[in-house]
Amino acid sequence: MGCGMGKSENQMKKSIRAALLIQRWYRQYVARLEMRRRCTWNIFQSIEYAGEQDQIKLYNFFGYLMDHFTPARNLISHIFRTNECCRDTEWESYFCYKSIQVPDSYPGPHLTFPMTFSGVSKLVEAFKHKQQLHARYVLQLLGETCRLLRILPNINCVSICHNKDITICGDLHGHLEDLLLIFYKNGLPSSEKPYVFNGDFVDRGKSSLEILLILFGFLMVYPNDVHINRGNHEDHIVNLRYGFTKEVLGKYRVHGKKILKLLQKIFSGLPLATVIDHKVLIVHGGISDMTDLNMISRVDRHKVKEAFSTVLRVFYNHYIKKILLAGFDQSYGEPKKSDSESDPESCETADEQEWKQVSDEKGSGSQLLFLETFNFKIVDMLWSDPMPQSGCIPNEVRGGGCYWGPDVTEKVLGRHNLHLLIRSHECKQEGYEFCHNLQVLTIFSASNYYEVGSNRGAYIRMGSDLVPHFSQYQASRTSRELTLRQSVSWTERSALQALRKQLFVHKSVLISAFQEFDPHNTGIISLSHWANATERVLNLALPWRVLRPQLVSSTHFGMVDYKQWIRELSIPEPKSEVRLAHILETMYKNHSNLETIFRIIDTDHSGLISFEEFRQTWKLLSSHLKTEISDESIADLAKSIDFNKDGSIDINEFMEAFRLVDLTAHT
Amino acid sequence: MAENKQSAEVVVSDVHKKIRAAFEVFDYELNNTVDAREISTIICSLGCFPSQADIHDFIAEVEEDQTGYVHLDKFLPAMTKVLLENKFPPIPEDRVLQAFEVLDKDNKGYLEAEELTKYLTQEGEVFNQKEMDEMLFAFSDPEKNVIHYKDLICQLTFDTGQ
Repeated sequence: MGCGMGKSENQMKKSIRAALLIQRWYRQYVARLEMRRRCTWNIFQSIEYAGEQDQIKLYNFFGYLMDHFTPARNLISHIFRTNECCRDTEWESYFCYKSIQVPDSYPGPHLTFPMTFSGVSKLVEAFKHKQQLHARYVLQLLGETCRLLRILPNINCVSICHNKDITICGDLHGHLEDLLLIFYKNGLPSSEKPYVFNGDFVDRGKSSLEILLILFGFLMVYPNDVHINRGNHEDHIVNLRYGFTKEVLGKYRVHGKKILKLLQKIFSGLPLATVIDHKVLIVHGGISDMTDLNMISRVDRHKVKEAFSTVLRVFYNHYIKKILLAGFDQSYGEPKKSDSESDPESCETADEQEWKQVSDEKGSGSQLLFLETFNFKIVDMLWSDPMPQSGCIPNEVRGGGCYWGPDVTEKVLGRHNLHLLIRSHECKQEGYEFCHNLQVLTIFSASNYYEVGSNRGAYIRMGSDLVPHFSQYQASRTSRELTLRQSVSWTERSALQALRKQLFVHKSVLISAFQEFDPHNTGIISLSHWANATERVLNLALPWRVLRPQLVSSTHFGMVDYKQWIRELSIPEPKSEVRLAHILETMYKNHSNLETIFRIIDTDHSGLISFEEFRQTWKLLSSHLKTEISDESIADLAKSIDFNKDGSIDINEFMEAFRLVDLTAHT
Repeated sequence: MAENKQSAEVVVSDVHKKIRAAFEVFDYELNNTVDAREISTIICSLGCFPSQADIHDFIAEVEEDQTGYVHLDKFLPAMTKVLLENKFPPIPEDRVLQAFEVLDKDNKGYLEAEELTKYLTQEGEVFNQKEMDEMLFAFSDPEKNVIHYKDLICQLTFDTGQ
């Protein structure tokens, strides 16, 4: 009670108060960072899903083409034809690697078959050092994989020995550094270290092929301990759009086409799901209320061609149903009337003849209907997402599969006596996330998926008690992990850039939307109206009010000068006349679909399409989009780019010429 | 008087908009509810500086009976009151500086990582290991293992200032 005690007690109190203040102050800062991070995340997700919605537009376009039966339809009809070389002997000779010589100067790894553990680990090392495997070995490895897949079942059944753990990985999307990180932390696959890889190995990242080669290598060495599930990106049509096709053709200029064709076969031969100890179901996307594992395990998945492309789903919906229900009722060169029936044309295309044959053979098309239902079930397994509400509704965001609720989880798990559903397909900030009362677990293994610092990757380890344990990581190019602050800023900048691009491509629609709020044409509207219009035009569910300060810097008293704002968004366009401005804008808006279409048209993967094909595609696209694009403006477009003198267009050059300039050049 | 009332209404409506916008970010199911654990982030993003105890009390007030969720109907009025009454006002820079100076007994101008860790993880509303690690990782001088708190204050103020 004396003065001495009082003084140190006082000091203590002061320290505590100081600590309290610092803690409060610092936590506030961290919370604000978290808010920014969450907003950034929303941006990326919205744009990603909007991109997938774009895919629906693409499929609608194909449907439109099918309906119109114009000669240009032949441009894409080949994707609906069955594989040309389907007989084994033909196939063997087409994919034969034996004639391909490996030169002495080749610095990369040499493989011997049958594959051994040391062979695969050599491969892993080589890829770690950025070497490229020679095409001969690629084809050989893939050929062996194809053979192996023929004998694997649709659903892998695994049992865990009581002293071993099984490791389960989610989406990798070409991120080799993440796979290497997992192997580093967890060990390479072996009979002591079983693994399940749950799909989406390719697209978006730069090393999709290397990942496939490694996984297939391990699969061949340990077929009972390494299990691979198909993902929705193991689909050649999706690959045309999301980068895998480009990657392979870029890395293997001579043999790329063969490799892609072989991969097409392999993808459709991949197993669809894995079940552990009859209790844990692992599938890439998820389930629907129609999921029946017994039915799925019975069908011969290899016979189902092109089953997983939702393009085909559109095709089936349009075309097959007509065959089954009403016979041929289209005629060339004229738009089809939906309820009309006309006599079948005497000159049918090869496609029509084939389908007629199939339906005749299989009798009343019931076989086709069966295949169709099977297709839908598979699409559900690879494309669906869980939702918090009960029920099962079509997944319109992705254009395939469904959204399923906790009641469906209960039902399907109950039906098959399962305890847990492990799936992937959706990026999660922490690399994993539970939902549906801990009955559904999402695992995602591609870290920094949207941008450096955007999210962690994770993998699961599970023992015979079937309790999942998680390991998280984040691959980074620098030796140090980014701090929270750095990763948020970096991701945010990237997200805002992506968002500004979106705003830019919609600028004329935005201006009209703004003008609706500005009847006296003052050029100024309120922030509220700005947010309203932007949300409507972009159709991205984003917290616009929160984002507003980052996107609109010049405001006075809560008002925006929208014309100036649009100008600020603009980037210098290539020298073009007013006539071209419109086609350019359409081009920007649809550029990823356009690229996909071009690549489909380029059947021999040469990277070139003829000017005539180019022109036809543009005309079709414009009529489908109900915009006017005249022959003159297409000709102008051709002139403004240096086309090859032989009248063909290099797709890559064309896309490069219109690539949006990096907007950070301005900031 | 009527004019005052009108401008007060405008102020309240603006405050409502801000609150709704922040709330929306965490409303994943689009049904005007958020997980109670996100409340502190939302409050802070609106410029408030609550203590853990403040947050705890606030959540107790607005949480939907033991569900772990908070509905906008309860959040909006409670948060509006907080903002209009400035219940958790910002901490001015000089007070933060003073606080650091209290801990820096020898007046060195910086704090050793160990020192700071001891204070922040043992006194007051303690930091957990993760929070402490992140702070040191982000802001300490890696070679000397010290935090120059004046720089820290400048950086954080700059980061959050708009």
